[in-house]
Amino acid sequence: MDFESYDVLVVGGGLAGIRAAIAAVETNPRVKVGMVSKVYPMRSHTVSAEGGAAAALRPEDSYENHAFDTVKGSDYLADQDVVEAFVREAPIELIQMEHWGCPWSRDPDGKISARPFGGMTTWRTCFAADKTGFHMLHAVFQTSLKYPQITRHDEAFVTKLLVEDSRCVGVVALDMKTGRFDAITAKSVILATGGLGRTYAFTTNGNICTGDGMSLAYRAGVGLKDMEMVQFHPTGLPFTGILITEAVRGEGGYLLNNEGERFLKRYVPNKMELGPRDIISRAMMTEFEEGRGFEGPHGKYLHLDVRHLGEKVIDRKLPFMRELGREFVGIDIVKEPIPVRPVQHYMMGGIDADISGATPMAGLYAAGECANVGLNGANRLGSNSLSECLVFGAAAGRAAADYSSAAKPVTANPVDAILWDEARRVEVAYLEKKGGSERIGAIREEMQHEMDAGAGVFRTKEGLQKLIERLGGLRERFGRIKIEDTSKTFNTELTSAMELDFMLEISQTIAVSALAREESRGAHARRDFPQRNDEKYLKHSLVFSRDAAKPRLEYRDVHIENFKPQARTY
Amino acid sequence: MADKRITIQTTRYDPDKDEKPRLQSYEIPFYDDSMVVLDALNYIKSNVDGSLSYRWSCRMGICGSCGMMVNGTPKLSCSAFVRDYWPRPILVEPLNNFPVIRDLVIDMDDFMHKLKSIKPWIIRKQEIPLGAGEHRQTNEQIDDFRQFSECINCMLCYAACPVYGLNNEFLGPAAIALARRYNLDSRDQGLKQRLPVIADNEGVWECSFVGECSVVCPKGVDPAKAIQQSKLDTTMRFVLPYGNRD
Repeated sequence: MDFESYDVLVVGGGLAGIRAAIAAVETNPRVKVGMVSKVYPMRSHTVSAEGGAAAALRPEDSYENHAFDTVKGSDYLADQDVVEAFVREAPIELIQMEHWGCPWSRDPDGKISARPFGGMTTWRTCFAADKTGFHMLHAVFQTSLKYPQITRHDEAFVTKLLVEDSRCVGVVALDMKTGRFDAITAKSVILATGGLGRTYAFTTNGNICTGDGMSLAYRAGVGLKDMEMVQFHPTGLPFTGILITEAVRGEGGYLLNNEGERFLKRYVPNKMELGPRDIISRAMMTEFEEGRGFEGPHGKYLHLDVRHLGEKVIDRKLPFMRELGREFVGIDIVKEPIPVRPVQHYMMGGIDADISGATPMAGLYAAGECANVGLNGANRLGSNSLSECLVFGAAAGRAAADYSSAAKPVTANPVDAILWDEARRVEVAYLEKKGGSERIGAIREEMQHEMDAGAGVFRTKEGLQKLIERLGGLRERFGRIKIEDTSKTFNTELTSAMELDFMLEISQTIAVSALAREESRGAHARRDFPQRNDEKYLKHSLVFSRDAAKPRLEYRDVHIENFKPQARTY
Repeated sequence: MADKRITIQTTRYDPDKDEKPRLQSYEIPFYDDSMVVLDALNYIKSNVDGSLSYRWSCRMGICGSCGMMVNGTPKLSCSAFVRDYWPRPILVEPLNNFPVIRDLVIDMDDFMHKLKSIKPWIIRKQEIPLGAGEHRQTNEQIDDFRQFSECINCMLCYAACPVYGLNNEFLGPAAIALARRYNLDSRDQGLKQRLPVIADNEGVWECSFVGECSVVCPKGVDPAKAIQQSKLDTTMRFVLPYGNRD
């Protein structure tokens, strides 16, 4: 068993993680940075982001406008000091990405272009055609290769945080190629492991988005914040859940019901297709319930129509959408409308972290989708998340580098013991397990369908109670799983089982947090409590692990500055 | 639809147990017309045999994880539709020309080193400060390198390349296309630093211009063109007067 040691260890190789690694090195060139990821970094789910990254770069825009749009979009659950810092840093970060080679689409004068986006009052979403995440990820990853201080551990699956005297000092990771458990120690650790979409059946998220980092932090005693706030994107392809970018509407696409009506005029008359995601997703579900959806082989859907934009605009600005339509639906979006329906897309909630990415645990930081720094509140605006990965990835990288410069070195003894215990735990629980009968795939599928049904676009007390009960039953069955694969080499049945273990745990935190919030705010829509209740719930929820069945909940005031809560209408 | 079946034959190899790779056959339901080969593998893993190993993530042709040989052709398994093969069996094997770690999982460390060797980042004689804003670049200037920037590192081109198959020292299609991507970027001044690698014995001159790399690319990148253009770059270095060589 190896014993690597770093100053800063980043878990996750997506946009936030790589940005953090570079920031750590640029803060202090003597800092030794490790980056561990369960996939090669360019496979990270940032790659699937399409529409763009928001920043107030244009002269007609202002920090204040971007901040207000973000706070209003969050249904006032965003921390306004965090939003303020974000809007000021975002333009600098997008320029930095430009210097690092991101092929931003340009205006005729050669400057970075922007497009309209949902909930944004002006054009501030910068884009690289409709593959913005792909281009940003490859640019930042390829740039990271020039820093000799960064050492990667690709395809290493983190199973546990190393904690010594309430301080995070590294991770235990399974090297997938060899099956070996390693203690990778560090003076500080940054979690940047992305989202948890695979807890749902119908999601835009890739197979790797299993909430690992959230679960790792939660088990180590760190709170998870606003876990009831799950974003449903209005436009996913039926069956696969593949994301059709909001940029389709940003560029002028229409959402139509089965009467050919632009139905959003009845929901968000002033914004129409450029309304925020939570409200449009609810509008679409309402259209389905009232019989104005289309019926297809894979359930109900509506039409997203770009035919009036013309081939030239589509090929210039939305070429990937045309490709996805051709490949996965068998249609040419120049000639036919795209079938879409709301789909789980993003997690506003996450590891409790402050404006610099610091969690309450010494030495532990978090950034990107797995973190909740307080930027997105109850509903994230489209295109704020890529910018968030950069701004708060960089902040966490700087903070962790500074912390590590002053921190005590990690001692080998307790770490060694934890490593042995953890390797043994996994062997006993999975590899040496005898007599199990439950298939991982079956439990996972049931969990996903229960989450769709109980913690979807609309929620009720009964639905959430039932969900909690069902998740408890699935947890019990998980104790009787059957692992057929006992190989040391690239054992993806083992990693799938550990991912399912993570997902069962965080699904429960979503359900419990959602049940406790008896109001409707942003993405959290309770049919039994349809109004927002600022008096009682203008607060972040925090969920802590006590025992698996009964997590403990706390609430914390939202940081409000200039923007006082008001009715959220569009 | 309900009773249609499809046979998937796939490579199995576990170095802990097997001396060499073998084929295993699974007959599973062809349950939906939209089903792709990756769905078939996922069905097997979830319902029939949990030990089958392969990589995948985005299932939308952009993460580059799920490249495999499907009936002998390098494909992204997320974009290879079962209906295009049914009712005949589908043969799924690991990508050609790579060492196999397990089942359908290939070892791509070699590419990761090659990627780094071509210095795939913007190189400037002098960096401009962030405060000066962005470099001006027109969409037409981006068009010069756009297609080469679309590479998803899926390794299909390496699996298709007969030269790489014979000599894995060859830098290969994707790495050369990415070098070209930076060399053609109006913001970049690093051609001189990249030339030693691409003009090396194992660089562009190894290519015998079979062009299979461009045929199999799922993203419309034309690495063969990048290689031919780069050959010109490496010769121009010796032809141009000294002052024009930057």
